[in-house]
Amino acid sequence: MEAEVREIREHLGRYPPFDRLSEQLLDKVASSVEISYFRAGSLILSYKQSIDSLYYIRSGAVEVYRHNNELYNRLGEGDIFGHLGLLHNHHVRYPASAIEDTLIYLIPDAVFQQLCDEDENFADFVELSGSRLKTTVEQSHRENDMMVTRVRSLIGRLPVTIEESATVEQAAQLMTEQHVSAILLLAAANENNSLAFSDNEGLHWRITGILTDQDFRVRVLAQGGSAQTALSEIKQGELISVQSDKTVYEAMLAMLRNNVQHLPVMHRRRPVGIVQLADIVRYETHNSLYLVSNIFHQSNVKGLVRLMPEVRAAFIRLVDEGATSQMTGSALSTIGRSLTRRLLELAHDELGPPPVPYCLMVNGSMARDDQSITTDQDNALVLSDDFDPQQHDAYFAELASRMSDGLAACGYPYCTGGIMATNPKWRQPLSVWKNYFEEWITRPDPERLLHSSIFFDLDAAYGEESYVEVLQDLIVTRASQNKRFLGALARNALGRTPPLGFFRTFVMEKDGKHKNSINLKRRGTAPMVDVIRVHALAAGSRAQNSFERLDDIDRSAMLPAGQVDKLRYALEFIAMVRIRHQAYNLRIEKEADNNIDPENVSDSERHNLKDAFQVLSNAQKYLRFHYPMPD
Amino acid sequence: MISKLSSLFKPASEKNSESDWATYYKQQTTQCADAELRRFYSSGLPDADTPLSQLEFVALDFETTGLNVRRDRIVSIGLVPFTLSRIRPAAGDYWLVDPSVSLSKASVTIHHITDSEVANAPALDTVLPELLQALAGRIVVVHYRQIERNFLDAAVMALRGEHCLFPLIDTMAIEARWARQGMLANMKRTLGLREDSIRLADSRQRYGLPDYSSHHAKVDAMATAELFQAQVARHYNEDTRLSDLWL
Repeated sequence: MEAEVREIREHLGRYPPFDRLSEQLLDKVASSVEISYFRAGSLILSYKQSIDSLYYIRSGAVEVYRHNNELYNRLGEGDIFGHLGLLHNHHVRYPASAIEDTLIYLIPDAVFQQLCDEDENFADFVELSGSRLKTTVEQSHRENDMMVTRVRSLIGRLPVTIEESATVEQAAQLMTEQHVSAILLLAAANENNSLAFSDNEGLHWRITGILTDQDFRVRVLAQGGSAQTALSEIKQGELISVQSDKTVYEAMLAMLRNNVQHLPVMHRRRPVGIVQLADIVRYETHNSLYLVSNIFHQSNVKGLVRLMPEVRAAFIRLVDEGATSQMTGSALSTIGRSLTRRLLELAHDELGPPPVPYCLMVNGSMARDDQSITTDQDNALVLSDDFDPQQHDAYFAELASRMSDGLAACGYPYCTGGIMATNPKWRQPLSVWKNYFEEWITRPDPERLLHSSIFFDLDAAYGEESYVEVLQDLIVTRASQNKRFLGALARNALGRTPPLGFFRTFVMEKDGKHKNSINLKRRGTAPMVDVIRVHALAAGSRAQNSFERLDDIDRSAMLPAGQVDKLRYALEFIAMVRIRHQAYNLRIEKEADNNIDPENVSDSERHNLKDAFQVLSNAQKYLRFHYPMPD
Repeated sequence: MISKLSSLFKPASEKNSESDWATYYKQQTTQCADAELRRFYSSGLPDADTPLSQLEFVALDFETTGLNVRRDRIVSIGLVPFTLSRIRPAAGDYWLVDPSVSLSKASVTIHHITDSEVANAPALDTVLPELLQALAGRIVVVHYRQIERNFLDAAVMALRGEHCLFPLIDTMAIEARWARQGMLANMKRTLGLREDSIRLADSRQRYGLPDYSSHHAKVDAMATAELFQAQVARHYNEDTRLSDLWL
C-alpha cells in the first residue's frame, strides 16, 4: 500500500463508521479517496446540486443546513455528510458550508454503495441522521445480559402452591418434600375475578401471597406461633410479582425496590415460577442487593455511614460491568430510598410512632430513579389532614432533621434550595400540598416555577404512599390541560443550553475550578430531563422516570416520528458518559463530579456527545416553538 | 544554477515571460533530438491567460540523496494529478529510482529510503517516458522549484543530452509572496523576529491543513496539491490567470 493511502486510511480508521469496517473495505475506501479544500465561509454543497461522493471531513468544520436555511448540524473532523443526497437520487438534500478552512476526503458513490451493501453497521449509520448515537447506545445495551435476558429463562421449575387455608405445618412438609424455599398461597376465586387463573382441572384460583423459609422463622416461630396456624394469618400484605417477559434487570429492580428476595413470575395471571435472589446474583455479581439488605440491618446512623464505601464500590462495579445509566440510576435510587427509609425507621424507634400518618415524599432524581453517586437530598413530608401543627409539628420537625442529618452523614448533602422536610413549608398536610400544586399549575409564573419544578418529579418513599398518589393524580389531570403552565415550564426548560458553540466546538465553563470543562449534568442530563418533563406532563403521563416518560410520550404520538428515540438515545448517552466519568473519578480517589474535559474522551465518544447535545438543542427549539408562553 | 540556466535559455529566468515559454516549447518540438522529449513538448502548453479553473495540474515531488545538483541524485518521484476542485491520489504515481550512488546517511534519515530498497529499483532512464507522459499537457506544481526543476533538468541532460524545462507553479514562492510581504512581515523583520517559515509543513498549517506523518514523495506531492488549492482559495480565485503564477 502506498504511503498516501496509509495516511488516509489511518485517519478514516479512527472515526465511526469507518472504525468498524473490515480491513479490506477500509483499504478500498482509503485508496478511492479524492481530496478537496474549502476555505472558511465557502459553500461546499448547494441545495439540489448533483452529488457523486460521500464527504468526509479530514480537518476543519462544516455546517449543514435544511433547505430553508435553518441550521441542521455542525460537523467536525471525522464527520461525514452528503450521504442523504447519495441515498436520495444523488441530489443534495442539505446544503453545507465550511465554517473553518476545511479539507474534505471524497469517497466515490460506487464505493459508498458497496459499503452500504457489504457492511451492516455502515448502512445503519448512514441510513438515519442520529443513527450514530443509536448504534452506540444499542451496542452497549446488547453487551449487557441483564437488560435483554428475560426473567423466565431463570426459572427452573413450576412453583409449588398451597391453599392459604392450609396450616404452617402442611406448608413446611410440602416445601421439604419439594426441596423449595418458597411457596405460593392460593385462594379459590370466582372465574370472573380479574386476577383468577384456571388450573388443569378447570378450577379457578388467585395468588394471595408468597411464604419463604424465613417467614416461618420470623412470623411463626419467633412469635411463639403454632404449627397449626393458618397460612392466611401470616401472609404479608401486597403480593409483588413480575411478568415472565420482563428482563432480569427489571426483576432485580422489583426486588431491590421492595426489599424482597423471592419474586413470583407470572405469565399473565398464571404463576409460572419463582425467581430468587440467588438466581439473579448469578447474573449480577455486584452486591447492590446485599447492600440494600445490609442497610436494613444497621441499627444506627454510624452503621449506615460505614456502608457508604460499599455503595461507591458497587457503583464502580456496575459501571465496569457495562450497566446502562438507567440501571445505575435505579440501583443508586434504590439505595438512597433504602437509606432514607432506614433512617426514618431508626427515628421511629427512638421518637415513638408518628402521631398522625404521613408519607415521606422524595423529589428530583430520587423520584425519577436516576440518582447519581453525587446527589443532594430532595424530600418533603406529606402529612395526614388530621395534622395539628400545635400538637404534632415538633415530632415531624425532629423526624425530618434526623433523616436529613443522617442522609448528610451518608454523603447526601443538604439541598441548597431548601427542598427538604426540615423546611416547615415542605412539611405540610395533604390538603396544603394540594393547594401548592393547584397554585403552581393554575397560576404559573416562570420565576416561581423555577424553584418548584423539582416537585413535579415526585414519588413516595415511605409511609402512606396514597398521599403522594393523590398529588400525582392531581398533576396528571390538571397539568396537561393548562397551556399556560406548560408554557411556563417549557420556558424554564430552555434556561440551560447544551455546550455547543457557534463553531461546532464545545463551549467550556468559563471560570471557577471547573474552567475549560463541560458540566454534563447542568448542560446535558438536567436540561434533557426538563424537556422530557414538559412533554410528559402534556401527555398526561404518570411516570416519573425519564425513560418511562419517553415511553408514554411515544404512545401519545405527540412528537414527530423518531423524536422520542433520539431523545432516549441522547439522554442515555450523555448520562452514560457522566456515570463513567464519575466511576473514573472514584477509582482514582477523586471526588466524583459532573465535569469532563472533552480532550479526555475518545474521538468517537466526543462525536457522539456532540450528536447528543445537538439532539438536546433541537429538542429545546421544538419546545420553544410548541409550548409558547401565552401573554 | 539559475545563472547557468538563464544563460542557456532566457525563459527559465525568474522573469515571468509567457511568450517565451510558448516559443521554447515550439522550438523544442522541432529541434529536440530525443523522441520522448519531442513528444512531451509537442503536447504543448495551455495559453498563458487560461483561468486556473480550466487547468489540469500535477503536483510533483522528488526525494534526492542531497541538495547538490551535481553530486546528488533523485531517489524517488511522486506525482498526483489534480484540478482546482479535486485531487486524485489514486490517479497519481510513485517510483523509487536507482540513483547509482550510495545513499548518504543524512538523506536516509530524511526519507527512510535505504540502499537495499533502491538496489532493485529501475534507473531514472527507464522511468522517464512514464514520468514525461504524466506531466505532458499539465501544469506542474512543486514546493521549492529548485529541487524538481534543477534535478530533472540535470538528470535528463546526463541521460539524453537535452534540457528538460517546463513552467512550474511553486507553492513556496507563493507562500513567500504572501507570508513574507506586507506590513506585519516588515515589522517582524524590523524587530529582528524570525520570519514565518515557508517550509511545506509550516505553510500548510497556516491554511488549517493537517500534518502528514511520512516524508514520502507521493505524500508530499499530495500535500503540495492541497496547499496549492488552499492558496488559491485564500489569495486568488478560479479566474486567476496561469501567467500570474507560473515561473
